[in-house]
Amino acid sequence: MVPTEAYIILSMVLFAMGAMGVLLRRNAIVVFMSVELMLNSANIALVAFSRHWNQADGHLFTFFVITVAAAEVAVGLALIVAIFRTKQSINIDELHLMEG
Amino acid sequence: MQSLALIAPLIILLPSLGTIINFFWGPKLNERFSSLIGITASASTFVVWLVLFSYLNGNYYQPAIVDLPILDGWIRIPSVGLEIPWQQRIDTLSVTMMGFVTFVGTLIHIYASGYMHGDPRYARFFAYLNMFLAFMLILVSGNNLLMLFVGWEGVGLCSYLLVGFWFDKKHGVGLKNSNAARKAFVANRIGDFGMLMAIFLAFWTFGTLDLYKPTEVTNPHMMEALASGGGHGEEGAAPANGAAEEGGHGEEAPAGEEGAGDHTGSAAQLVSLASDLPIDQEGDHGEAAAEDHGESASEGHAGPVIAYTDNTHLTFSQLGIFAQAERLAQLGEGETLERGDGTTAGRMINFGAFELDIDTVITLITLFMLLGATGKSAQIPLFVWLPDAMAGPTPVSALIHAATMVTAGVYMMVRANSLFHLAEFSSLVVTIIGVLTALSAGYVAMGQFDIKKVLAYSTVSQLGFMVAAVGVGAYGAAMFHMITHAFFKALLFLGSGSVIHGVEHGHHHAHEHKHDDHGHDEHHAETFDPQDMRNMGGLRRKMPITYATYLIGTLALAGLYPFAGFWSKDEILADSWVAAIQDGKFAGFVALGLFVAAALTAFYMWRQIEMVFHGSPRTEAAEQASESVWSMTVPLVILAVLSLLGGFLNIPSGIGLFSFGLQGVFGEHTLSTWLEYSVVHLHVGAFQPLIAIVSLVLAVAAIILANRIYGSNKAINSEGLDPLEANPASRPIFALSNARLYWDEIYGRLFITPFNRTAAFLANVVDMAFLHDYFHDSVITKGFNGIGRLLSHPIDLGIIDGAVNGIGRLTRWISGGLRRTQAGYVRVYAVALLIGVVAVIVFMLLPVLQG
Repeated sequence: MVPTEAYIILSMVLFAMGAMGVLLRRNAIVVFMSVELMLNSANIALVAFSRHWNQADGHLFTFFVITVAAAEVAVGLALIVAIFRTKQSINIDELHLMEG
Repeated sequence: MQSLALIAPLIILLPSLGTIINFFWGPKLNERFSSLIGITASASTFVVWLVLFSYLNGNYYQPAIVDLPILDGWIRIPSVGLEIPWQQRIDTLSVTMMGFVTFVGTLIHIYASGYMHGDPRYARFFAYLNMFLAFMLILVSGNNLLMLFVGWEGVGLCSYLLVGFWFDKKHGVGLKNSNAARKAFVANRIGDFGMLMAIFLAFWTFGTLDLYKPTEVTNPHMMEALASGGGHGEEGAAPANGAAEEGGHGEEAPAGEEGAGDHTGSAAQLVSLASDLPIDQEGDHGEAAAEDHGESASEGHAGPVIAYTDNTHLTFSQLGIFAQAERLAQLGEGETLERGDGTTAGRMINFGAFELDIDTVITLITLFMLLGATGKSAQIPLFVWLPDAMAGPTPVSALIHAATMVTAGVYMMVRANSLFHLAEFSSLVVTIIGVLTALSAGYVAMGQFDIKKVLAYSTVSQLGFMVAAVGVGAYGAAMFHMITHAFFKALLFLGSGSVIHGVEHGHHHAHEHKHDDHGHDEHHAETFDPQDMRNMGGLRRKMPITYATYLIGTLALAGLYPFAGFWSKDEILADSWVAAIQDGKFAGFVALGLFVAAALTAFYMWRQIEMVFHGSPRTEAAEQASESVWSMTVPLVILAVLSLLGGFLNIPSGIGLFSFGLQGVFGEHTLSTWLEYSVVHLHVGAFQPLIAIVSLVLAVAAIILANRIYGSNKAINSEGLDPLEANPASRPIFALSNARLYWDEIYGRLFITPFNRTAAFLANVVDMAFLHDYFHDSVITKGFNGIGRLLSHPIDLGIIDGAVNGIGRLTRWISGGLRRTQAGYVRVYAVALLIGVVAVIVFMLLPVLQG
């Protein structure tokens, strides 16, 4: 049986990759995908702990996260489409209208 | 019978009600209604007095102490044990005072309703008169020194208001009137200082201001006599008199009264009981039968229930100030007595920094009381206000400055007889002051031309008689003279008012005639003085009723037999003589100076009669004078009757034929015996034939002398001079008298001028020059400017503004730095978020990492 630590390490690696993607990539779609990666790494950790403690809470929470992620994708893609329509670009470095 | 005394508060409330009605609605009422209110209020107090009087007669003359229920407690501070109740004391002394205050007061109200006719402030005058009555009745009926003081101040206030009543008269007279009022007020304030000090001292020493406590026996002698009489059973009891033990003149004398004259009798039950009392030492008892006095006779059979005849069962703090003083004074050196509340009292009274012996304290209290009395009763050194107080309307002069208010001082000293009895030195001072006042005022009265000034100085002189009587311990004689004096002095004042009214009237009459003839005579009206006796003369035929009553008043004041003044003045002289010869008291010898004063009285009064009524008219005004209206003459007649008969209230014993056998009607020592129930140290004097003859001869001689000087139309010579003034030999004597012994001038030099100079110095130099100019400019103005500059520049602009601006600048500086972090790039926010999350996680894991 695969030890729980392995899942956690996998989760950490995926989370770090997702975080790096969010921070470093300029394409909004890719950033978005990185966010999904982070969410799913968290899901892995939840499921792993759930199995480790032999409790169902983690599974339940995972379903919740998947639901929220789906909703987020819907909203986020709509926003990206809207931004593209106005700016003809989805480069997030060009979106700095809110600077102080 | 007991409950009758409960109406006592009405005697104050009724005139107060009259005051309120006339004061607030007076301007809307017509004269008839205003005077009706005033007279009714005053007359109803007299009715209340009648009830109180019959209460005392039906209740064995035992005092009642009446609380006013709605004023429960009056002044009560439980935390310090201070309790000053509003209690009225109904005893023979206070009822005597109330009697002539209400009676003479009512007559004067009636008189004033005529005299004040046409005055623009008619209603207010009656409001003041009623207020005066209310305060006077508080004064005489109060059972503690504070109530006495309330009345004392109240009558002073009314006196001030009434003396200055005509403050708005034209040609500077109004100013003179209001100055006179102020003088009266200020002189009385000085006396009030003494009164206040006496009250403070009494309170400090005795811890109470009550004159008597409700359970206290006032006069043990009288109670013993009453109790032994009560032992006779079916006949009931009668009071004997303590005089039997003190003066050796024991005769039963039923209570009398000094009031209306319709109460000619006395308490009949006493007479019906008297036959088996062991007090009829001189065998004249049967003659003392009095007319039946109604229901009280039948009640006498019940006999009094006497629980205690003295105060030995009461603890110290259950006694009033007088009994406390006596207990303390009886203590030996170093002895103490229980107060009754766990503490003890000794002879030494602790005043914080020092201790005084009780005798010294009593002397101080009585001397301060004397100072109070010199103010209110117009004695040296404070008498100067009274002659000036004649500026008020004549009914006021009669009511306040002759009959009632000025007797307050004498009343207070008689009330405090227990204290004066203990303080021999004070009594001597009292006598000296009284005699000096009687002499100097009598002398000054000789040289006055103003008809009311003569009477004013005469009042001062007669008050001197009373005060001197208090000094020699003749408290009964003092009260007797006070009552008779109230009758004849009120009569004389009202008579003089009638004369002034008549002359003024005559002047207007004459003036109108002239007006018709010449068309103008304005300045004459301003210079004519209707009170100047030089403008009178020959009024006997013009004003017959006024003349007849005035003559009776004069003879009564001069002390001619059988008028009222003879009996009362003679009793004072006889008591002084007894005090001097039998007791060898120095005060008694001093009091013999009163003989001279008595002769002076007769002289100046006859001079006045000659100037005013005899001879021929000296001015047109006197020629045209006419008799006054009935409302003015009726009180004159009533008072004249009383001046004639008032002396029989207190017929001395051993008088024989002198009294026409009238002691059969009036009884002997009626007033003295009646007063003895409340005046502990009163003693009843016997008739002294020698004294009576000497004083009578002196008075007659003075009248004959006055008649020779002023009679047969010589009262004022052709140059408008008094005969004594015209004669070079007597001119200095007259001039000194006319100048009122320069008393006002001496006061002016001694007090007024220095006072004014001090005031001017304080006002011009200290206040104006120093405070206003120097202090104000250099200290206050400059100081404020300096402080203002300091506050505005360095502090306000520097510190406060600097702080606020600094905060603003700091915020801008910080925000300038911080705004760079807001780059708008999503990435930057994401990094910040990540760093924050990591920081939180690290923070949460810290305990785990540390172990």
